[in-house]
Amino acid sequence: MTQLKGWRDIPIGGVILEGGNAVEYRTGGWRAFRPVFGQAPCIHCFQCWLFCPDSSILVDAENEKMAGFDLDHCKGCGICASVCPVNAKVIRQAGEKLNRDDPRLCIRMVEEGKME
Amino acid sequence: MATKLIPKELAKKPDRLSPGHRLCAGCAAPIVVRQILAAIDDPVVVANATGCLEVATTVYPYTAWRVPWVHSAFENAASTIAGIESAYRSMVRRGKIPDRNVKFLAFGGDGGTYDIGFQALSGALERGHQFVYICYNNEAYMNTGIQRSGATPLGAHTTTSPAGSVIPGKQQMRKDLTAIIAAHDIPYVAQAAPTQWKDLMEKVRKAVNCGGPAFINVLSSCNRGWRHETYETLEITQLAVDTCYWPLYEVENGVWRLTYKPKEKLPVEEWLRRQGRFRHLFRPENRHLIDELQAEVDRRWERLLFLCGETFSA
Repeated sequence: MTQLKGWRDIPIGGVILEGGNAVEYRTGGWRAFRPVFGQAPCIHCFQCWLFCPDSSILVDAENEKMAGFDLDHCKGCGICASVCPVNAKVIRQAGEKLNRDDPRLCIRMVEEGKME
Repeated sequence: MATKLIPKELAKKPDRLSPGHRLCAGCAAPIVVRQILAAIDDPVVVANATGCLEVATTVYPYTAWRVPWVHSAFENAASTIAGIESAYRSMVRRGKIPDRNVKFLAFGGDGGTYDIGFQALSGALERGHQFVYICYNNEAYMNTGIQRSGATPLGAHTTTSPAGSVIPGKQQMRKDLTAIIAAHDIPYVAQAAPTQWKDLMEKVRKAVNCGGPAFINVLSSCNRGWRHETYETLEITQLAVDTCYWPLYEVENGVWRLTYKPKEKLPVEEWLRRQGRFRHLFRPENRHLIDELQAEVDRRWERLLFLCGETFSA
């Protein structure tokens, strides 16, 4: 939000005129961990899109491709990485518990503000 | 032709819940809402009971809903949607508006459904309004800071059933609301979980097209109240399903049917251990509560198998 509105600027009755205007509110600032792509290539299965609570998986729907993360709204919960079947496969092949920021993964959760 | 239930096809439709809502990171409620709204192709009107979903998606001057949405009070989401539905059908009948095959949905948390909104819900179901009531069940009053509700399981720590030297968490079992709603003999009742998303979406499609009142009870993990990491939401929901604590089934015109049978029924302990709200149950003096909960889960599961025609004696 840039500036608070005065009473003259608010619609009569205080109604909200536009549906879905919450996109203007950026919840990305809540994030402690950031999703980034790792080495394992994306198979565009859209599982992350299906389970993201914040509609923050960007997709190129026409070409059926996963296109990235909406970091203005992503709260960094890490659900995308937890449902990613490529991540599951990488962990299975490694045969050990991997850190959430392991570079071999498809979707990694990297600590916000940490330099690599 | 309805959109195929394939994520790539569903992604081609506009998202009906926008990002920028203020539900906690890792909350399952927006997952449930997004999956349900994606499953329906027709126009939708939503009524919302007071709760996390209502409060966090509509913080003034913003709203995350891209569908007509109304909230009036805690207890009356079902009456509100019943009124909207009646008004719509009346206006269509009098030729004032064209019939666009609008679907009516009500969302309520477990507080607004099991306890506070139960009377309004029961009434609206009995009157036969054509709407779908969805309970996103996070098993306590999470919005006001985790107080026990009728949906809270035995032994869970909440701020009004605090585990300590006096009591070991909630002392009662949760009530089986899905079965209570099924006793209303309405056309469609189901229990679902967001992990089995296709099952949930198929249930939503059956519910909106059943020609009468319908009810779906969806388990919705709350990482603040259940006490787990934000990324464990779906893993823990899956464990609730696989331990048969939260079986997935439907009751269509009085016929009970199991829609998901776990490959191996896990002990309920596997689900309890992952959540901080049950941590105290693993102390030696409280172990008997785990056995009691397991016995209750088994009893309800056996009864369900019998009702669904999977076994011949309960």
